[in-house]
Amino acid sequence: MTQLFTNLRLLDPEAGTLAPGAILVRDGVIAEVFDSAPEGQASDSQVVDCGGHTLAPGIVDIGVKVCEPGERHKESYRSAGLAAAAGGVTTMVTRPDTDPAIDSPETLEFVTRRANEAAPVNVVPMAALTKGRAGREMTEIGFLMDAGAAAFTDCDRVVTDTKVFSRALTYARSLGALVIAHPQDPGLSKGAAVTSGKFASLRGLPAVSPMAERMGLDRDIALIEMTGARYHADQITTARALPALERAKRNGLDITAGVGIHHLTLNALDVADYRTFFKVKPPLRDEDDRLAVAEAVASGLIDIICSMHTPQDEESKRLPFEEAASGAVGLETLLPAAMRLVHAEVMDLPTLWRALSLNPAKRLGLSGGRIAVGAPADLVLFNPDAPFVLDRATLRSKSRNTPFDGMRMQGKVMATYVAGSCVYEAN
Amino acid sequence: MSFAHRHLLGIEQLSQSDITTLLDLADTYAERNRQPNKHSDALRGLTQINMFFENSTRTQASFEIAGKRLGADVMNMAMQASSIKKGETLIDTAMTLNAMHPDLLVVRHPQSGAVDLLAQKVNCAVLNAGDGRHEHPTQALLDALTIRRAKGRLHRLSIAICGDIAHSRVARSNILLLGKMENRIRLVGPPTLMPSQIDQFGVEVFDDMKKGLEGVDVVMMLRLQKERMDGGFIPSEREYYHRYGLDAEKLAHASPDAIVMHPGPMNRGVEIDGTLADDINRSVIQDQVEMGVAVRMAAMDLLARNHVAAQPSVA
Repeated sequence: MTQLFTNLRLLDPEAGTLAPGAILVRDGVIAEVFDSAPEGQASDSQVVDCGGHTLAPGIVDIGVKVCEPGERHKESYRSAGLAAAAGGVTTMVTRPDTDPAIDSPETLEFVTRRANEAAPVNVVPMAALTKGRAGREMTEIGFLMDAGAAAFTDCDRVVTDTKVFSRALTYARSLGALVIAHPQDPGLSKGAAVTSGKFASLRGLPAVSPMAERMGLDRDIALIEMTGARYHADQITTARALPALERAKRNGLDITAGVGIHHLTLNALDVADYRTFFKVKPPLRDEDDRLAVAEAVASGLIDIICSMHTPQDEESKRLPFEEAASGAVGLETLLPAAMRLVHAEVMDLPTLWRALSLNPAKRLGLSGGRIAVGAPADLVLFNPDAPFVLDRATLRSKSRNTPFDGMRMQGKVMATYVAGSCVYEAN
Repeated sequence: MSFAHRHLLGIEQLSQSDITTLLDLADTYAERNRQPNKHSDALRGLTQINMFFENSTRTQASFEIAGKRLGADVMNMAMQASSIKKGETLIDTAMTLNAMHPDLLVVRHPQSGAVDLLAQKVNCAVLNAGDGRHEHPTQALLDALTIRRAKGRLHRLSIAICGDIAHSRVARSNILLLGKMENRIRLVGPPTLMPSQIDQFGVEVFDDMKKGLEGVDVVMMLRLQKERMDGGFIPSEREYYHRYGLDAEKLAHASPDAIVMHPGPMNRGVEIDGTLADDINRSVIQDQVEMGVAVRMAAMDLLARNHVAAQPSVA
């Protein structure tokens, strides 16, 4: 079957272009890319009129939490998959911080089976780096890779024992496995609910210095230098960590960095009167940090933007701030929230799309993220300017803990395609 | 007289004139409390529930006496021993109590922001009797009333707050209140017990106590929690007393007529010398306790007027 997507603006993050064009998809794969609507295509191709909207490679979201196994009432593969499709996310790279953790080939196989049955988008699982994410013994990295693990991470838990971490990095390197870590000094950040500063002092909340992130990154960089491992920092959220990252890249270490969308669009003051939907990990930072980190995405120093989708039910959020669970859902709001960076002229659309789609795909060795012949037709059609007010009741996630409830946003997904099939269409 | 607030959650929400209104009314209650007949009918027919999720003897007694003198039906709930232990959430507890139609809810909770959260879920007036390290507004108000009565004014005074600022809700509320009333505030204590970026609150910070007390009109001591003395924040109790305990020698650096305050309960020989605490010429610690009842009567009276005015009349 062939499909001709036409009447559109084509966003190509690899070429850095946004221009009118058309693409021909054959059997779920991009077969041809045109500068303009081609004349006289084969009559058997189905024509998809894109209504002048922007067509881009689908978002590849690293670090999505789906709460299977363990807390399916918070998010299932079905609900997360529907949310992803509605958000233009064609590949969810899922986290292993479930209960129990995904730390054995058996649990990974369970997850893969569930994902394939239930989710309309691609699901690429990650596995834990250490058993039970306890930071003591490494997991069966080789078997887990054979079972399809795209990367290894203990998520927000830091492997505090540097001996354990260095061995895991060394072993991972021998297999070419990517290790994703959460750079944070565990001592300084223990018990913290917000970033230290005037606001934290006024609210009387336990706080962590932003320096804890740099300390964590410095330690990890030393270990990468020592072991030569492939490393990705899940979230770099402070200005102080950026020079170390820049130096490590310049020195040729195999390091990349990501940032969650909430740290790019919100700051510490948004917590206001103890609003727990704004409690994330690491905590929201000062505006200076937010701006510096957004600039770092624009310059390419920070490679990847992700949603850090973390579903939490009402019960775990309707608590005093310190006791409330961390995390926010983001699959459906990633695109409009990220569009704020374009509308605020921090970066252009192709640059944003490198961070949302091309770079994560490249880092994980996935074939998506490109508008190129032979690439899968994982596509999102969107209107970058369409305004709306977010109503969290409309979210498809089982958990609706979004900080953007009631906020004005711009950027609307019109349709999402995975391997050429439409998995979402706005009505 | 206007006091347009539904709850008393913190000093942060109060204006200068709100504070003056409250203190003026409290002054009249302070006088009445010295009469043989202390009773008033301001809260007659109203129900006041004291919910203390954290141990308290003094504050709870003060609120109870205040409510009873105003004619309210007062009930104390020791929340530590109750359903919270059975796993009920704060909000469920609040909703349950709310269904019993209390008019005033006095709440103390170990978590910052917990009283704000509770106030969002109930229909009655909520008074914060201390939430975590956040605020303790009635303490700041009673301190203000004590200062105003002792010094004759509550502005352009130099006031030192000494000790464990970081963990103290009393310090936060006092910094806010005394700042709003345009006083010079000095914070004195070891840097490990100072909140981050506290200098941005319009205060001067000192780690040398003698310099910090130089010429001040008011010395406000804070209680040092026992669990902070084990080497985590300060090396030891005796080193703390040596450097930051208030004694006659350190007090000599303050203005000759400086008053000494302490929110209680005191650790004699840790943050304050026992003799000094009992010196009726310098210490106003007993006045603070007395003013506590008056301030709480005033706060509950004002909130109850707003609460009753907002109720649909049944007549």
